[in-house]
Amino acid sequence: MIIRLMGEAQYRVDDSLRERLNALDDEALAALERDDEEAMDGHLLEMWQLVQSEGELLPASDLHPSDALIPPADLSLEETRQLFAEDGLIPDLPT
Amino acid sequence: MQRVLPIVVVALFILALVVVIFPLPRPAGDPGETLDYSYEKQLQLLQDVKRGLADVVTSKKRLQLQSGKLEQQLVKLETQARQALASGREDLARQALERKSAVQQQLQGLDGQVLELEAQQERLTASERQLAAKVEAFRSQKEVIKAQYSAAEAQVRIGEAATGIGEQMADTGLAIQRARDKTEQMQARAAAVDELVESGTLEDFTSDQTRLDRELAQLSSQSQVDEELARMKAELGPAERQKELGQ
Repeated sequence: MIIRLMGEAQYRVDDSLRERLNALDDEALAALERDDEEAMDGHLLEMWQLVQSEGELLPASDLHPSDALIPPADLSLEETRQLFAEDGLIPDLPT
Repeated sequence: MQRVLPIVVVALFILALVVVIFPLPRPAGDPGETLDYSYEKQLQLLQDVKRGLADVVTSKKRLQLQSGKLEQQLVKLETQARQALASGREDLARQALERKSAVQQQLQGLDGQVLELEAQQERLTASERQLAAKVEAFRSQKEVIKAQYSAAEAQVRIGEAATGIGEQMADTGLAIQRARDKTEQMQARAAAVDELVESGTLEDFTSDQTRLDRELAQLSSQSQVDEELARMKAELGPAERQKELGQ
C-alpha cells in the first residue's frame, strides 16, 4: 500500500506493516482523545519512522493516490484539531 | 484500504474531499478542457507556494535584522557598564547590566523564532519541489490522455491522474497554511513588542539616545574635560614658572 507522510513524501510499504501501523494509530487516536500531545506525537513519530525505514520512497513525479496519510508529529493538538475541523485544512488555496 | 488507521482515515477522508472538490471543478464537458483547467489550478498553487516562501523569508529577515540590532545593543551596554564602573558610577553600571540581561532574553526568543521560520522555509521548499515534479508529470500525462483516448476513456484516466495530483495539492496547501500561520504569529509578536516600545512600557533598545546614554556621555565628556584640563595644567605649569622666573 502507499502511505503519505503528510508534508514529506509518499512511500510504498508492504501490507505486512498494516497491523503494526494500525496498533500505533489506535494509540495515537486514543492519545488525541485524551489531549495527551506528548503521547500522540510519540506514536506518530514511531509511525513515521516505521514507514521511512521499511518503506520505499516514491519518486516525486509519481501520481498514485495514497491509501493512508499520516499527520506530522510536530503538529500541535490545536493544529491537529484545526486540521480535522471543518474547512480547516486549506482555506487559502487559489480559487 | 478502508477501515484501517483511524487517525489516518480522518486525514484521508478530509484530503479525499479536497481531492474531489479541488482539481475537477467542472465535472462535465470536454475532458481536454478539464485537464487544462486542472493544470492551470496546479500552476496557481505553485505560485502560491512561492508567495508563501517569500513571506517566510521576509519575516525571517526582519527577525534577523532585529536580532542583529539587539546584539549591537548588548555590546554597547557592556561597554557602557564598564565605562560607568570605571567612572565610579556603580548605579549606572548596574542599570546598563540590567538592560543587558533584558536584551539577552529578547535575543534568545528571537533566535528560537528564526529557527522555527527556517524549518518552515525548508518544508515549503520541499513541498514546492514535490508539487513541481507532480505537476510536470501531470502535464505530460494529460497530453497523452488528450491525444490517445476517446472522451469516455479519457474521463476515467483523468480521474486517476486527478486524484494523485489533488492529494499532493491538498498536502502542499496544508504546508502553505502552516507556514502562513507561523509567519502571522511572528508578525503579531513583533508588532506587540513594537507597541510596548511605543507605549513606553519597554525602552526602545534600538533608539540612539537614551537617558543612560546621555548620562554616560555627560560623564565621559566631564572626565574628558577633566583630563584635558589636567594635561593643560601640566603643560602650562613650566611656562608659568618660567614667566615667574623672568619677572
